[in-house]
Amino acid sequence: MYRLMALITATSDRAAGEVKSGALASAFYPVRGLEGVCAALGVALQPDDQLVSTYRSLGDALAKGANLRRVIAEIYGRSDGLCGGKGGPMHLQDTSVGFMTSTGVVGSGIPIAVGLGIAAQLDGAARAVVATFGDGATSIGAFHEAMNIAGLWKVPVVFLCQNNQWGEHTPIAEYAASTDLADRARAYAMSSVRVDGFDPVATLGVLREALERARSGGGPTFVEALTYRLTGHSGSSDYSYVPADELAAAMARDPVPTFRRSVLTSGQMSEAELAAIDAEVAAAVDDAFAFATASPPPPSETRYRDVFADPSALTGAGVPA
Amino acid sequence: VSVEIMTMAQAINSALHLAMDADSRVVVLGEDVADPIGGVLKITKGLSTKYGRDRVRATPIAETGIVGAAVGLALGGYKPVAEIMFMDFTAVCLDQILNHAAKLRYMSGGHTPVPLTIRTGVGTRRFGAQHSQNLEAWFMHTPGIKVVVPATAADAKGLLTACIADPDPCLFLEHFDLVFAEKGEVPVGAHQVPLGEAAIRRPGQDITVVAYGTQVRNALTAAEELAERGIAAEVIDLRTLVPLDMPTVLDSVERTGRAVVVHDAHTFCGPGAELAAQITEQLWGELQAPVLRLGAGPSPVPFADALDFHPCAADIVAAALKTIGQA
Repeated sequence: MYRLMALITATSDRAAGEVKSGALASAFYPVRGLEGVCAALGVALQPDDQLVSTYRSLGDALAKGANLRRVIAEIYGRSDGLCGGKGGPMHLQDTSVGFMTSTGVVGSGIPIAVGLGIAAQLDGAARAVVATFGDGATSIGAFHEAMNIAGLWKVPVVFLCQNNQWGEHTPIAEYAASTDLADRARAYAMSSVRVDGFDPVATLGVLREALERARSGGGPTFVEALTYRLTGHSGSSDYSYVPADELAAAMARDPVPTFRRSVLTSGQMSEAELAAIDAEVAAAVDDAFAFATASPPPPSETRYRDVFADPSALTGAGVPA
Repeated sequence: VSVEIMTMAQAINSALHLAMDADSRVVVLGEDVADPIGGVLKITKGLSTKYGRDRVRATPIAETGIVGAAVGLALGGYKPVAEIMFMDFTAVCLDQILNHAAKLRYMSGGHTPVPLTIRTGVGTRRFGAQHSQNLEAWFMHTPGIKVVVPATAADAKGLLTACIADPDPCLFLEHFDLVFAEKGEVPVGAHQVPLGEAAIRRPGQDITVVAYGTQVRNALTAAEELAERGIAAEVIDLRTLVPLDMPTVLDSVERTGRAVVVHDAHTFCGPGAELAAQITEQLWGELQAPVLRLGAGPSPVPFADALDFHPCAADIVAAALKTIGQA
């Protein structure tokens, strides 16, 4: 779990740095602050479980096991990217590992996850579907429609709210009538739990229980993992509007160094073992960015491919088959 | 092939039964679609009784939830058929249709196709402005979704069958003026009409009238009237707007040198504008007259009969005569 957390931090920081330096021309949404939640999810998920994420999906993608090199190549819009350069950082997917889709429209992945859950029900399969989303998504209609349908039909979905307490640039208390988001889920007749998302061990326990409930036919669960966004909304935006004392308090609990310390003091791992993981992660990130930047741009003949299965469907729109 | 006479509603119902029978991955979801009501227009009648409520799901009134779940079902290996009661209500779930269903294949580099059919009704004027708009141009304008508009009962069955079998999202329009009024011979058993192939409903060499959906019958009525004046109009029923069968249209206009495009959608930025532009670009040298467009006027759909603005057969005749220089 520590390795996954360290990998997510290192990758997110590197990508944000490349955006800031101008080397990466991309709308990238950092995941700093979510590492504990993402890593716990990665450990709790089984290979046949499915995941639907958001535009802030880097941590989720790595947690579900998407290939790091191909994730980074996609962020750069290169031919070796997971989507061949057509998706970009907001639309990562890797269906080969059950990472089904990432959406750029807040809340819109939640009903899609419910549909995947209905498919699991119809298949008679003991798999769960997880929808991740930020706290901002709990304001939009898609969230409520999907929660109602999931509660009604006992769909095997875990709604994982990665509450970073900011909806873009507005703090939660200024946009939510009640900041107890877990309370909203109770209206849809489903289990609901709030957990400290900066504590990966506690989050892992909660997620395991929720996933097991889904897989065994016990219906959906809403999990509110309380975190804090440790960077700006996007890779290039400032965060001067974030109250300094709040940010300082959150940074003091920064999940990766905090978890590292606890692993060390509890004696689970030695400094040498942790340092080896850190070095291996740094090398993997370097390798992935080198791979991505060396990957060629997608060839122009792929531009109108995959609009429809059959390219001749575009002839009436002026594209020769 | 043996045929039976049925309404478009019965033909659609037949296509749904056959599709659910042939493929257990076909699932139907939408408001009121289960028995005993079997849909507000009873088009899904009998499906839930025969195939069960797991595969035929009456949903809450939640269009985003319905189409979103259908997109998820498609990603999960199913072939969902979602019903949105009135086309105007697609406005409630455009995000799922345009940003997700239409884009997921492309954005993923081909990894997440969405084989989804959305059936939606186009209301008549008597429902007022929020239940009667022809919005197909919205969907034509977003690459990645097919747009299908049957004009006959047989085509309704064959085209819906093709939509459900198609590997991409399809929007299937059922105009309430046709669903019960349009009756005709429909092949018994499996019947599929390929998407992207227009039909020439009446041959002629003097002028081409391009129509689809409800306007096909007006175009045929107009062609009769024009024939009485010695003018032979060719009537093309597009059947699908995406993919758009331009070769059939261009081949016809190349022969006639004149074209009128007619639809119930608004003229302004409507499908006719695209057709007129493509015809003009491709056949500038052959055209005897500018391509004319006929469609709804630039206001919300008025309720009162006296204010109706949808083209009628007389409008098509007048436009044809104007094109020919006899107006």
